Amino acid sequence: MKRFNESPSQTAGPYVHIGCTPNFSGIHGIYPEDLGTSLFKGEPKGKRITITGAVIDGAGNTLKDAMVEIWQADAEGRFAGRGGDPAFTGWGRSPGDMTTGEFTFETVKPGRVAWPDGRLQAPHVTFWIVARGINLGLHTRMYFADEEAANVEDPILSRVEHRQRIKTLLAQPAEGGYRFDIRLQGEDETIFFDI
Amino acid sequence: MTKINGYTARDRAWHPPALTPLYKTSVARSPRFAPLGFATSLSEETGPVFGHDILGPRDNDLIHNFTGESAIGPRIIVQGRVIDEVGRPMPHTLVEVWQANAGGRYRHKKEGYLAPLDPNFGGCGRCITDENGFYEFRTVKPGPYPWPNGADDWRPAHIHFSVFGHSFAQRLISQLYFEGDPMIWQCPIVGTIPTREGIESLVAKLDRQNSVPMDALCYQFDIVLRGRRQTMFENRMEGL
Repeated sequence: MKRFNESPSQTAGPYVHIGCTPNFSGIHGIYPEDLGTSLFKGEPKGKRITITGAVIDGAGNTLKDAMVEIWQADAEGRFAGRGGDPAFTGWGRSPGDMTTGEFTFETVKPGRVAWPDGRLQAPHVTFWIVARGINLGLHTRMYFADEEAANVEDPILSRVEHRQRIKTLLAQPAEGGYRFDIRLQGEDETIFFDI
Repeated sequence: MTKINGYTARDRAWHPPALTPLYKTSVARSPRFAPLGFATSLSEETGPVFGHDILGPRDNDLIHNFTGESAIGPRIIVQGRVIDEVGRPMPHTLVEVWQANAGGRYRHKKEGYLAPLDPNFGGCGRCITDENGFYEFRTVKPGPYPWPNGADDWRPAHIHFSVFGHSFAQRLISQLYFEGDPMIWQCPIVGTIPTREGIESLVAKLDRQNSVPMDALCYQFDIVLRGRRQTMFENRMEGL
């Protein structure tokens, strides 16, 4: 059935922000605002949360040149474009803070989404990370440490073989929301997905 | 019951591996564990949708979109189609591009290359594919530029691109190179791609038929995203 090969990935490079968040990188006047700055188009239903975190390399240094995107369901587990809350886009993009590299997303806590066989997944936010030195964008998921019952039932979490690594996908409650650090390599390396 | 559902697995032998030591930054930024494989679910089979209302009139004209005046450099048109692995066109999908100017200089505060900025060149553009998956933008051909990797490494002329497709599973960032550029075959970033065939699929072809006389040369460049799979009887039917 396959007749073409997917275009091979290449790193986003150190200047990804020129193309994806030009206003953030100091290029003004081409686009009125950077895409993905806000996930809200009004007043979405659900519990407002802030997700904060950092992308950390194998030497423990926070990346200052990563671009992080998230995609998630609305508070009722529905996606934008598929009957989701019209005031919620579900998609956010963050270039990280200029000096600390930390990303922040103002969003709502997602509802549960069905797995293909009908079981419910635990609430989660899909993350996609690109940066200089990353040859193919990294997919991972953020789950919520305070959703213990749902996490036990989750089709992915319940099938992770290395149980001690599950904690790397759990965002911890923090001031105003949740903290989620992504460790690319080494101790407590985040689980990435081939999905 | 047959329905279109999910995406075929990514061929990770075709894409660059995470750890490619000749591209030095990958050493500390590559996971050591293998990625965990799962079939896609609705979380990956959906994605953001962008309407034409986000586009300004000059968003796909990098020659003019920074100040309105013309940028310096060889004027080119880049056009092609976004399709999936089975050849279906990908209509209404956002393509973002960014690049250095004709001298190889990026408009970025962390960039210290000696070549000057062009006051009329910003370096970013975007377009949305039409109903048949076609896209087009106009720009100046970027110059090669040196970078601190090996002692004397230079990137080939390249344009970065970012494509959304119709779902988060198809999300892709890559780079376009130019036909005939000898620097392609010396570059450690290009060299992260395991096969020559894979590299050649990122090389835009000079297209004299669609060049505009006395104005711009044309390059053709098609982008291929992951294909969907067909699933039969994904749930066991009652009584079976």
